[in-house]
Amino acid sequence: MRLTCPVCGDRDHREFTYKGDAVMLDRPAPDAGTDAWDSYLHLRDNPCGDTRDLWYHDPCGAWVVVERNTVTHAVTGTALASEAKR
Amino acid sequence: MRYSGLQVLKEGLFGQKGWKPVWRDPAPKSEYDIIIIGGGGHGLSTAYYLAKEHGLTNIAVLEKGYLGGGNVGRNTTIVRANYFLPGNSEFYSHSLKLWETLEQDLNYNVMHSQRGLINLFHSDGQRDAFVRRGNAMINQGDDAELLDRAGVRKHLPYLDFDNIRFPVYGGLLHRRGGTARHDAVAWGYARGADQRGVDLIQNCEVTGIDIENGKVRGVQTTRGAIRAKKVAIVTAGRSGQVAALAGMRLPIESHILQAFVTEGLKPVIDHVVSFGMGHFYISQSDKGGLVFGGDLDFYSSYASRGNLPMKEHVMDAAMTLMPIIGKAKVLRSWGGIMDMTPDGSPIIDKTDTEGLFVDCGWCYGGFKAVPGSGFSLAHLIATGNHHAPAARYRLDRFRTGYGIMDEEGKGSQHNLH
Repeated sequence: MRLTCPVCGDRDHREFTYKGDAVMLDRPAPDAGTDAWDSYLHLRDNPCGDTRDLWYHDPCGAWVVVERNTVTHAVTGTALASEAKR
Repeated sequence: MRYSGLQVLKEGLFGQKGWKPVWRDPAPKSEYDIIIIGGGGHGLSTAYYLAKEHGLTNIAVLEKGYLGGGNVGRNTTIVRANYFLPGNSEFYSHSLKLWETLEQDLNYNVMHSQRGLINLFHSDGQRDAFVRRGNAMINQGDDAELLDRAGVRKHLPYLDFDNIRFPVYGGLLHRRGGTARHDAVAWGYARGADQRGVDLIQNCEVTGIDIENGKVRGVQTTRGAIRAKKVAIVTAGRSGQVAALAGMRLPIESHILQAFVTEGLKPVIDHVVSFGMGHFYISQSDKGGLVFGGDLDFYSSYASRGNLPMKEHVMDAAMTLMPIIGKAKVLRSWGGIMDMTPDGSPIIDKTDTEGLFVDCGWCYGGFKAVPGSGFSLAHLIATGNHHAPAARYRLDRFRTGYGIMDEEGKGSQHNLH
């Protein structure tokens, strides 16, 4: 599997560290309550198919949102997390 | 039909013509008392123990493919009880005790072989950790022996003891650990459940879970609607998809775990051996193939196959620990889909929907848990109370933060286990 870092280009996925589902970008307010935080930290849609997840590109330090398919491992798009969040 | 040595002899003399199909192939009825979704090891053992321990037989096991076609047929077949934390320790201890009488109980040869498990250590700090783990195992009533270097050499003369980077300091021997024939475990439980009247329904995918006023009423399937008073989701590897049918999200991410098998060789690896400084563990099947595996690929996936970096790591580790393996040819590799929970421990619990149960989150340890998981889930379904050895496998432990079982001491969040 190869991933495209928006900064460095097409790279081997060995260069990346996986964080998890991109829901990690939608951090609830500190006082949002137990259910919101449980949902954010633990509960997952865990899709069998298209997903968005967060990878860290170790050499350049960029957080990257990767759109890929969990069944075929096909990567359909990558973007910097800072831009994807907007 | 009861299996025996005499039966084998008799059939051998008469051309093997007397064997009967091992289970029926019934059409689904319109209603059952209990529906188990998932005809894998855990689902089949749950049905078996519901029938055997609780006398409940109006049960259907619904399987979307064929019985035992999921992770129970795709693992590295290791059976052990060497856990450390309260919760896991008593559960796997109970499960191992069930394994030890399983063949007599099922009248089925699951080829359970207590050949001994040796976890190697390669530093003083690691030795301390294994001493601590061994003491926890002994306190639980299981067996553990600390082997020094000479002790390991007696068992495993083929290791590279003086490896310049990772010399072998010793190992923790768990004599009751070993392996079993994975498919036979599913078949044995299927046969036992079928004999007691459980309907095993294959090619029957659940497409909906009917819930009214907070109570489960039954399921929709590709073979029609089936009503039931109680429904258990026992579909590790696909737990998220099935739970979504009941409107639930689970604390689970699915990851790949790869395994490998070589061509058949003469007996060389007599034990189950795990490397302490890389992700590599190995045993030899009765057919002769070296069966070995490593760690997760570490990204969510349902692909049933992995990528090259973990393959390379496993091969590197194998060559570091036992250079003799370089002569063996890898025949095939595959990936299992693991239900990974944030703390790396499983879930056997009720849900917020009355009559709906989940048994999931087995991470990379589901095979050895097959008897214990079925036994404990059957107890929960039949009595409404948690079975003591599995009482800590609560679904809400992540939300409340109470009762987290982080065996590896890494932290309770996704992608750490």
